[in-house]
Amino acid sequence: MTNHWRDIKNADLILINGANPAEAHPVGFQWFMRAKLDPMRGPGNGGGAKIIHADPRFSRTSAVADLYLRIRTGTDVAYFGGLINYVLLNNLYHDEYVKNYTNASFIVDKDYDFKDGLFSGYDPAKRSYLTTSWGYELDGSGFASRDNTLQNPRTVFQLLKKHYSRYTPEMVSSITGIPQEDFLKVASLVGEMGRPDKVMTIVYAVGLTHHTTGSQLIRSGAVLQLLLGNIGRPGGGMNAERGHANIQGNTDNALSWEILPGYLKIPAPGQLNIDDYVAKSASKKLDPQSWNFFGTNYRKFMVSLLKTWYGNAATVDNDFAFNYIPKPAENSSWLTIYDNALQGKMEGLMLSGMTAASIGPDSNQVLAALSRLKWLVVMDPFPTTSSEFWHAAGLAPETIQTEVFMLPATHWIEKDGAFTNSGRWVQWKDQVLPPQGESRHDHWIMADIFQRVKTLYEQHGGTFPDPIMHLAMDYHNPLRPELDDLAREMNGKDLKTGKQMDTFAKLQDDGTTAAGNWIYTGMYSDKGNFSKRRNGTQDIAKNDPTGMGFFPNWAWSWPLNRRVLYNRASADLDGNPWDPKRPGIKWNGEKWVGDVPDYPPKLSPTDPKAWLPFIMNGEGVGRLFSNSLVDGPIPEHYEPMESPVQNPLHASVSASPVAFLYDKAAGRPDRFGSPDEFPIIATTYRLTEHEHYITQQVRLLVELQPEPFVEIPEDLAQEKGLTNGDLVRVRSKRGKMEVRAIVTKRLGSLQVAGKKVWHVGIPIHWGYVGIAAEMHPEQSQHWLANALTPFVGDANSRTPEFKSFLVDIEKA
Amino acid sequence: MATVSRREFLKLTAVGAGAVGISELGFDLAQAYQVRQQLRIAGATESHSICPYCAVGCSLIAFTRKDPDGSVRLLQIEGDPDSPVNEGRLCPKGATAMELAASSRRVEHPLYRPPGATDWQTVSWDFVLDKIAQNIKTARDRTFVTTDSKGSTVNRCEGVAFAGGAAFSNEEGYFAAKVLRGLGLVYLEQQARV
Repeated sequence: MTNHWRDIKNADLILINGANPAEAHPVGFQWFMRAKLDPMRGPGNGGGAKIIHADPRFSRTSAVADLYLRIRTGTDVAYFGGLINYVLLNNLYHDEYVKNYTNASFIVDKDYDFKDGLFSGYDPAKRSYLTTSWGYELDGSGFASRDNTLQNPRTVFQLLKKHYSRYTPEMVSSITGIPQEDFLKVASLVGEMGRPDKVMTIVYAVGLTHHTTGSQLIRSGAVLQLLLGNIGRPGGGMNAERGHANIQGNTDNALSWEILPGYLKIPAPGQLNIDDYVAKSASKKLDPQSWNFFGTNYRKFMVSLLKTWYGNAATVDNDFAFNYIPKPAENSSWLTIYDNALQGKMEGLMLSGMTAASIGPDSNQVLAALSRLKWLVVMDPFPTTSSEFWHAAGLAPETIQTEVFMLPATHWIEKDGAFTNSGRWVQWKDQVLPPQGESRHDHWIMADIFQRVKTLYEQHGGTFPDPIMHLAMDYHNPLRPELDDLAREMNGKDLKTGKQMDTFAKLQDDGTTAAGNWIYTGMYSDKGNFSKRRNGTQDIAKNDPTGMGFFPNWAWSWPLNRRVLYNRASADLDGNPWDPKRPGIKWNGEKWVGDVPDYPPKLSPTDPKAWLPFIMNGEGVGRLFSNSLVDGPIPEHYEPMESPVQNPLHASVSASPVAFLYDKAAGRPDRFGSPDEFPIIATTYRLTEHEHYITQQVRLLVELQPEPFVEIPEDLAQEKGLTNGDLVRVRSKRGKMEVRAIVTKRLGSLQVAGKKVWHVGIPIHWGYVGIAAEMHPEQSQHWLANALTPFVGDANSRTPEFKSFLVDIEKA
Repeated sequence: MATVSRREFLKLTAVGAGAVGISELGFDLAQAYQVRQQLRIAGATESHSICPYCAVGCSLIAFTRKDPDGSVRLLQIEGDPDSPVNEGRLCPKGATAMELAASSRRVEHPLYRPPGATDWQTVSWDFVLDKIAQNIKTARDRTFVTTDSKGSTVNRCEGVAFAGGAAFSNEEGYFAAKVLRGLGLVYLEQQARV
């Protein structure tokens, strides 16, 4: 989230796409309801807000929305694109913000083009773009040329206008299935949000990310928000609701192939040394008034990380052990791991707190991949469908040569440490209970395994053991590091004085400072662990002094306890809040007050040297156009890989032209289904009573939602001769599931590109492990929802397309 | 009444201001509630936790008591009214977090399934940790690439992958990333994508 949960009550209008917060984040949803219902109007109190929910399925979120739009899954770029077009055509954008706080005035390279569904630079053989023409026209100093009148046809503003002129209400309706009159009602409400005294938030979840166009689905919302001047403001922003307790924190900490802690890029092959790495990774300053804070300080953050990890073995002379960091040859994300395992290239896999067999996608292919591993380690408090994969349907345990280890791990409540929520609030928790049975903490298991591997290298030698030998393990007990010590290590210290750092602004690139994760620097200074702070709603007047819901002394949020990212953009050029009733930060003549400023705290906005408002990127302003994604500088609608229709915008380039096709690349048969064979759109989701798969171990929750099902619209059920409670078989090109039918009005037909289409909806929570499975041992062999989903992901992030695929359905 | 918070309500009832709790039935439910609360959590240790499910980040209060034999018993988990995130509220999952925290369904000992076996063996920690360490070393030595085909130093282990961590504390996740990169792993994943 750019903002945070409580902040949603500051909004005037809430757009919800690809999310169902009333059911999937019910307690967070109270802030949506307060925005709508709170009778105490005024700063920080909300009230009178409108909620617009666009989703294929009418849910409890829709039930309290002011407008519900049945939208075809995976078509939100068309929806947001239509809104962008409406805002541009009718001059409803926030003019001052767009001119000064976005790259609208930047002039794009003369070779940039978009034609027949393809951006310039496409290479069909490689299925990828050469993105050089997606940059700016540079002047002699290497800065981007600008036309502040926005009239130049190659300004971002004019290109955006041209691009989205195709997204007429007719076209939006044809792609999304939303009736034009409903779309125009939304457009009219959204159009008001470009006024400085109005603010809109966009809230989304994996209903936007789980598509081959996921990154662009989100970007299209962000572009709309920038045009309306709503990024950086309380009550505004782009807000991702994350689905696991600490998915945010462990992304920050780089349990992800492409990054190092604090969103530093993983070094790539060919980057010979740290200077080369920084030159190729850090953003370049593109405007004389741009601070480019991240790019400017990239080397300091990287050197401080290397000093933390490799201690005295990281020296100026060895480039701070830069070469100890492994450099991946290819995208090494979720799908690639199983693709490599399937091809016999992966020997071992360790899973902790997530089960591959259930998560999929394409569970049958994942099971085949697990069967080809030499060994599998599962660290979990409970058995999972992965630890028990050799019992899955169609697999004979005696033929599976994978060696499987089940390591009993402790629960969240058996250890301390912090969770970072969706709103970046880092909240410490106590160890409440001792470990149950022989279970051990995951980090102690890892520390122990690491020490044993190290001992093996010491005793027997082996390939390049240096990074193992020199990894700093300066803990009281290297086999059992305390989370408190690790929190201090992440925060970092001055190596000359031994003092904890209080801000990342003081980190150095000469090896005199250490910080394991620079964005957490400041959380644990010598003043203590701020994530433990508890000054909350027990005294609102005292603990929320601005009344905006920041609660600066409740826990801590990264970076530097800032509650709203990019908050310099919440104030105008002179430093006055766009809306005095809802200030983010304000220049009081001497300093910025309010939230922790995303800006030098004492830099006057009228200083001739004042930086542009977005200090983290090279442009210094929000990017309506960006060359940072691989599938286009402006979001464009592409169909899901499996779709019942051709793309109404450009049938010749219907789906993403750059999504990576794993089966094809590996020489396996194409396993995408055609609409003739599989005419029905399917999507997947969670229920309130379950969280992925672990809740199959919680009896009360299994009692509330005991068995899997598929939701089927009434008229489709009638056509198929299905009634409520029938056992049905849902088939895709990849697999099947057999579950009960729930015939419902929550889903319905849509008119898309002149064709009538239906969605069915499938909750994801069941499999062959857990309480329900034990009650139904035979049926539960066919309960994996992800047996149906396609083995393909977003062109950028490779996030699988769980949310849009084709099936057929019949009585079982 | 409408403006009395739960915390204040308990405080009021505790000092005997029973009038605020008198129900339409004419008797004082608040006192009964208070007595029940006292029986359940009297003398208990109050600890702070965060809900383990989604990422709203609801604060929890956990009540435990140490039994005479030294074991710690979990008595109650409820929403923390002081949190600006949840203000004491919990969803069905958070409200049943106690059943997840202490469960007879837990795996309590390391288990091992040799290749081709049809059942688990209960084994010791030393047994599994030694075997896994040896497996990692073998896979690492066999699949480690120091220099790629273009002559670049890459120092990566291609044959081992790790996925997980959305239930880790930050510090555990940070430590896992450090150790796994230290071993040379490049195939690292967690729940952000899936």
